[in-house]
Amino acid sequence: MPKVKIDGVELEVPAGITVLQACELAGLEIPRFCYHDRLSIAGNCRMCLVEVKPGPPKPQASCALPVADKQEIFTQTPTVQKARKGVMEFLLINHPLDCPICDQGGECDLQDQAMAYGFDRSRYHENKRAVPDKELGPLVKTSMNRCIHCTRCIRFATEVAGVEQLGATGRGESMEVTTYVEQALATELSGNLVDLCPVGALTSKPYAFEARSWELTKTESVDVLDALGSNIRIDTRGAQVMRVLPRLNDDVNEEWISDKTRHAIDGLRHQRLDRPYVRKGNKLVEATWDEAFGAIAAKLNGMEGSKIAAIAGDQCDAESMIALKDLLTALGSPNIDCRQDGAKLDGPRGSYIFNPGVRGIDQADAILLVGTNPRAESPVLNARIRKRYVHGNVAIASIGPAEDLTYPVVRLGAGPATLRDLVDGKLDFAQKLQGAKHPLIIVGMGALSREDGAAVLAMARELAEKLNAVREDWNGFAVLHTAAARVGGLDLGLVPGEGGRDVAGILEGCQKKEIEAVFLLAADEIDTTKLGKAFVIYQGHHGDAGAHRADVILPGAAYTEKPGIYVNTEGRVQVGRRAGYPPGDAREDWAILRALSERLGKTLPYDTLHQVRSRLVAVNKVFAAIDQQAPAAWGPFGKAGATTDVPFKSAVANFYMTCPISRASKIMADCMASRSHLMAAE
Amino acid sequence: MLSDKDRIFTNIYGVHDWRLAGARARGAWDNTKAILDKGVDWIIDEMKKSGLRGRGGAGFPTGMKWSFMPKEVKDRPHYLVVNADESEPGTCKDRDIMRHDPHLLIEGCLVAGFAMRAHAGYIYVRGEFYNEAQHLIAAIKEAYDAGLLGKNACGSGWDFDLYVHRGAGAYICGEETALLESLEGKKGMPRLKPPFPAGAGLYGCPTTVNNVESIAVAPTILRRGAAWFAGIGRPNNTGTKLFCISGHVNRPCNVEEEMGIPLRELIERHCGGVRGGWDNLLAVIPGGASVPLLPKSICDNQLMDFDSLRDQKSGLGTAAVIVMDKSTDVVKAIARLSYFYKHESCGQCTPCREGTGWMWRVMERMVTGNARIEEIDALEDVTKQVEGHTICALGDAAAWPIQGLIRHFRPEMERRIRARTEKLAAE
Repeated sequence: MPKVKIDGVELEVPAGITVLQACELAGLEIPRFCYHDRLSIAGNCRMCLVEVKPGPPKPQASCALPVADKQEIFTQTPTVQKARKGVMEFLLINHPLDCPICDQGGECDLQDQAMAYGFDRSRYHENKRAVPDKELGPLVKTSMNRCIHCTRCIRFATEVAGVEQLGATGRGESMEVTTYVEQALATELSGNLVDLCPVGALTSKPYAFEARSWELTKTESVDVLDALGSNIRIDTRGAQVMRVLPRLNDDVNEEWISDKTRHAIDGLRHQRLDRPYVRKGNKLVEATWDEAFGAIAAKLNGMEGSKIAAIAGDQCDAESMIALKDLLTALGSPNIDCRQDGAKLDGPRGSYIFNPGVRGIDQADAILLVGTNPRAESPVLNARIRKRYVHGNVAIASIGPAEDLTYPVVRLGAGPATLRDLVDGKLDFAQKLQGAKHPLIIVGMGALSREDGAAVLAMARELAEKLNAVREDWNGFAVLHTAAARVGGLDLGLVPGEGGRDVAGILEGCQKKEIEAVFLLAADEIDTTKLGKAFVIYQGHHGDAGAHRADVILPGAAYTEKPGIYVNTEGRVQVGRRAGYPPGDAREDWAILRALSERLGKTLPYDTLHQVRSRLVAVNKVFAAIDQQAPAAWGPFGKAGATTDVPFKSAVANFYMTCPISRASKIMADCMASRSHLMAAE
Repeated sequence: MLSDKDRIFTNIYGVHDWRLAGARARGAWDNTKAILDKGVDWIIDEMKKSGLRGRGGAGFPTGMKWSFMPKEVKDRPHYLVVNADESEPGTCKDRDIMRHDPHLLIEGCLVAGFAMRAHAGYIYVRGEFYNEAQHLIAAIKEAYDAGLLGKNACGSGWDFDLYVHRGAGAYICGEETALLESLEGKKGMPRLKPPFPAGAGLYGCPTTVNNVESIAVAPTILRRGAAWFAGIGRPNNTGTKLFCISGHVNRPCNVEEEMGIPLRELIERHCGGVRGGWDNLLAVIPGGASVPLLPKSICDNQLMDFDSLRDQKSGLGTAAVIVMDKSTDVVKAIARLSYFYKHESCGQCTPCREGTGWMWRVMERMVTGNARIEEIDALEDVTKQVEGHTICALGDAAAWPIQGLIRHFRPEMERRIRARTEKLAAE
């Protein structure tokens, strides 16, 4: 480990880091604009200049200079201070200084660093440069006069998002950051450009002029719009969610979130269920909680348990799911399922989680995608695979839909037959997998939520075991979910009990009149026309498919409005926090079920959130280990059997609309329109 | 004064045949195999002993530069890149080498490529040099046909291929790492150093970038011996050098002269003197647009080599001597250079992108005196904020001419400002 002396203090630092990182280790702040931990080094802003001995007699860009043994670094000398002041002045001469009308105001690196390192007046008496604004689609607003040419956005688009659509034209003063073709970026990660931009050149279009950062209440929470469980910060003003920002978590989302996670929040304002409804005749009529519960009790009291069924939705918190399960058990019904898409997953925990974890992707040296389009199912996870690809020496192949995943993928085939060939070692890629130290098999819902899903799952397990991908130090079997609630639901056993029916069975039962009452806990992704004449109770937050068919509607809370535990696709238990209250009469979901159970005479044994969470731990002790990912049990699962020739499809046909929230979002609709415009142009 | 027998560029004026036969008659390609047979170490040692300093402007010892290449070729090939993107205002030496004596350069490429264990060389020719590139391409073809290049070049057992690449006419592509970027097909923007090209250059492989003149003189040095070359000129500033004299002289010309020749002798002997006589001299820019100008008082006794000019806070640069007589509007001349740097800045790093435009705009006002006296100090301060703070040397090059102007012609700048203020007051 090299020893360096920073401002007179000796320090041992890891080899291979830069002088800037060493200074950070020493607890010193080095101002910077272009440098970003997760992007390549550009060294162009020149703000991070320091003096280094031995070295040339001029200040060096610390972000690009590797540390060396016996180096002496000076960060506070007059030369350094003058250099910073000079760079700051240069950055400001052509900057419009329109902070009062700039959305970046209050969280602007340029503003902050101008305060700390700048000068209080300008010596520049010439005209300022004017730069035309650019069109970057419905999410990113540009004000290019403010651009300081740090190229973070260009590097993000090229390196992380994998779309080479941003670049700089012109040179010198005339250099402009642009897409040149003036179209939206074809990426699901474009919102991150706004976070990366150190100034107000790229700001959020939907959030334009909505709020100032210091007016917002910040709540750390977890995203539920895909199964990755990105760590987010929800910024609210009063009851309204103003924006969602990523939170740093290297194990999950690094510091990126998808455009859906970030911008579907306007869907939280539309189509909300804010009071109970009861169907009278053909019409849903507003009701009180008492009337709604009364209607349910009148129907369910005395009904045989086997005629009652429940389906849990894709964004449910663990608390409400356990309450639902306990209620159904109390009513004597084994008909419960959390797999709306019919995924054939109910084995040991290792069979339904992303065993290696997101971090495992960094280690993998051969990756096989089975029936998944990670770019649509979890763009941030896809970016992680791309990061692995950029790092080099990895073979990636897919069986399933042929999509542009932003990195080269060898497409082996379309359906189960190809997977069979691979298991039998018939394809060239089999050798690559066999030779890999850390083979990674990512199985998507497109492969599992089909008739022959169990057989496909069994084949995937066979492949993993054959490759020795499941062993003490590595488990390369990874299930990529699309539903945020799914792993939690499986952990809590929301699958049919002894003699119970799964989703398909429930719908069949409805049509055969063997099921007479169905409880939909925010379940909207089923074919509601198949519910027949059953009495449907819908508890959820949006007036989506389920609510339209319901006989009684119980208004619940969306993920930003309740404390809730979610288990992501890795099996990581994460806690979401309440950022605001649900609208109108709507309530937290577990509490609704608790109240209903009392009315049905089957009072659930918990009165507080703490008690519900204790119950979660009692059911499955993984719920005690918050934010951690532990090795999961492995065992036989899947069911060997015949497979069909039907090609695998991705479980997510349209990234921008996958749930009641995103379907209610106008911004997501705009994104979809601009994207389909792009595709049409291609 | 250099005697004719010591000239390397014997066809610099293009009076003789530039093709292979002519070049051979002048001594080029004479038993090149014998040079290569002496081995890499001998060549590099000889180059070091000759004291040759890079002719592209920075004056870095060429032999030492070659020795920085890895001693063994590992998984990545080595490359030689010749910088023929001659764009420094006032400079036109490489151009004449390429069109009148291309075989000197081509032979140099083989020798240099061999010395740095490269099997491929690229000559990056300035975009505007269309005819020069044509001559070069024709000469390379001749060399291939004669077995001097390609497989087993000159019968030495060394394979060497040489390619010509034409740039698109950007000054910044003369900066060695920007040149490599451009050669790779990217936007010509200088790279961060380290890593230096000898470690990771073209396509990430060990690369040495040399100026045309540095490469073209190498075979002659090796043939005639390091001692011969080192015996010309002054210590640490050895050998011959092509000077490009332009501006207010009676006969502007390119001429090969001894390093360290007095400026006055250079101008009077080869260019017929300053227009209107030596006393009509105002100032000289001794080394291309990027170096600070020198007023007549310094020019009187100035020697033309790296160290002597550095002592006067100027530089030899590319040895492009721009002579200005007393009819010159010196402020306007420097303002024009500022415009050039503003126009050619690549825009990558902050001080140069923003500073060159700022400096040019202030300079334009200085021309008419539309400024305040304090702004001269502010301008100088701005040049100091650019200098040494940028990724490449273009920032320095933009700053130095203005610094030179302020250093030597501040009274003239102040006079203009006062004159304008008084005129306005009178109105």
